[in-house]
Order: sequence, then structure tokens, then C-alpha cells
Amino acid sequence: MKQKKHWYDFLWIVTPIYLGLGFFNIMFAWLGMIFFSVPLVIAIFGGGKLYCNRYCDRGQFLSLLGTKLKLSRNRPTPRWMVSPIFRYGFLIFFFAMFFQMLFTTYLVGAGAQSLKEFVTLFWTFRLPWHWAYHGTALPTWMAQFAFGFYSLMLTSTLIGILVMLIFKPRSWCVFCPMGTMTQLISKIKVGKMKKNETQARYSCECSCNKTP
Amino acid sequence: MKSKRCAQVSQNCVACGCCVKVCPMQAISIWHGVAAQVNLEQCVGCGKCEKECPAGAIVLMERENAQ
Ligand code: SF4
Ligand code: SF4
Ligand code: SF4
Repeated sequence: MKQKKHWYDFLWIVTPIYLGLGFFNIMFAWLGMIFFSVPLVIAIFGGGKLYCNRYCDRGQFLSLLGTKLKLSRNRPTPRWMVSPIFRYGFLIFFFAMFFQMLFTTYLVGAGAQSLKEFVTLFWTFRLPWHWAYHGTALPTWMAQFAFGFYSLMLTSTLIGILVMLIFKPRSWCVFCPMGTMTQLISKIKVGKMKKNETQARYSCECSCNKTP
Repeated sequence: MKSKRCAQVSQNCVACGCCVKVCPMQAISIWHGVAAQVNLEQCVGCGKCEKECPAGAIVLMERENAQ
């Protein structure tokens, strides 16, 4: 039975558009905040991993390359990559990099450092991206954040593509920090829900012996 | 007639939802964003989900051994 296509099945287009826009003007990197906040908001408000399951452009983009275009070798994801140690370890590493980026933004904003007009790939290789920044009326810290954020987005997309080529189309989703975080939030919410249910069962004060 | 085998989800599930999209019987759903859940009544044991799962979290097993 073929499933019906919905408008959200075409969101994969957002990935190349986002990366392309940043190529021409780094300030577009700020749009990426949507990909950071929406999944968390959905998970916090009880929507679980609806973002991953339905709206994530990157997940769809990797499926398109790996499955439709058959670019993936389709080999099993290594077990260590699926292990909680690696998944949570990568989440912590990603957070550390994110906060380091925020700190650099702060230093630039405070005037303690000058603007670094380059994109860093894999946290090491500097790509000179001068022509993506034409100077704006906006404060320099905003540009610094854009360079840092774009570096993070480009690097994670490239890691996603790399594991897609070697392993399964969606192997990135196994350790994607957003996916790990939203699953963690969902687990905490389910834990709380169960606790509340148990408490409600024992809080009936009359002697009817029925669960409320 | 029910198939001999059916899909079972292990603890490795990351709730990505890839299996949901490929199941021809729409037998899989994501339970509260935590893990995939297979409706054994609907599952025909085709194995498409097992092939798709990036976390290797689905195995096909004999129906009588399934929980
Ligand atoms: S795990 Fe990450 S890349 Fe995969 S669908 Fe979820 S947010 Fe998107
Ligand atoms: S594809 Fe695998 S990891 Fe993803 S939801 Fe299904 S069983 Fe879980
Ligand atoms: S084995 Fe086939 S029918 Fe059963 S859950 Fe997986 S994809 Fe669906």
C-alpha cells in the first residue's frame, strides 16, 4: 500500500536551500535556529519526536540521497555508534562545541576579539568565507554567531552525508544531537506520566478499593 | 492467515520513525517519542522495517515467541 504524499514530505528541499543561502550571505545562518528550537518545543509540549518523524528536512534529505538516489551502501550501522555511550557522548561534545561558539560570540560582542570571517569544518579546517559576509549594519557579534552556527550546521550535514554513504541512509539519526535530545525529553515525560498515574492510583482516600 | 514471523523492536530504538514510513501495512507507530511499537495483528512479517532501521533495532522473529 503506497502512502499518500503530504506537503511535509517535501521539506528536504530546506536543507540545500539553507546551506545555499549561507553561501551567499552568512546572516541567513540565523534561520537555522528554527531547526534547533522547533523540535525541542514540540518534545517539551508532549509531541514526542514528531519533528523527526514528520518535519525534519535533514532526515528527509538523507533518505532522498541514500534511498531514492541509492547513494548509500546500506550496511548496518556499527553497534558502537548505536550505543548510549556514543549517542550521549556525541550530544555532550556537540553541546560543548555549541557553548564554545556562544563564548566566542560573546567575546566578539564585548570587543575582546575581532570577527573571525571564516567557516570551520569539522571544528578544525577553516574555509575562507569572506564573500559570504559583506558587512552589515547589524552588530558584529551577530555575524560571529552566524559564522559559528553555519559551521556547526555544515559540519553536521557533512557527517550525516558521510555516514549515509557508508552505512544506512539514516544512520546519522542514530546519534543526531537533536534526535537524542528529543528522545530524552520524551523519556522524561513518559517517566513523569507513569509516576503521576501511580500516584493517582494510590491517592483515592475513601475505602472503596477502586482505582480512581 | 497470519504470517509465521513478525517484527520486534529492541531497546536500541531511537524513535526516528524510518520504519513507520516503509511499513506497507501501517503496522508501526512511535510511542510517545520514545520507541517504535508494532501492531502484531497488522504485521505481515515482510521485513521491510528491519532492512530500513538505522539502529538495527528491529528483528523478525517467530510469532509464537513474540511478546
Ligand atoms: S534525528 Fe536529527 S536528522 Fe534525524 S530526523 Fe531527527 S532531527 Fe532530523
Ligand atoms: S527505524 Fe529503527 S530506530 Fe527508527 S523508529 Fe523504527 S525501530 Fe526505532
Ligand atoms: S515486518 Fe513488514 S508488516 Fe511487519 S512491521 Fe515490519 S514492515 Fe510492517
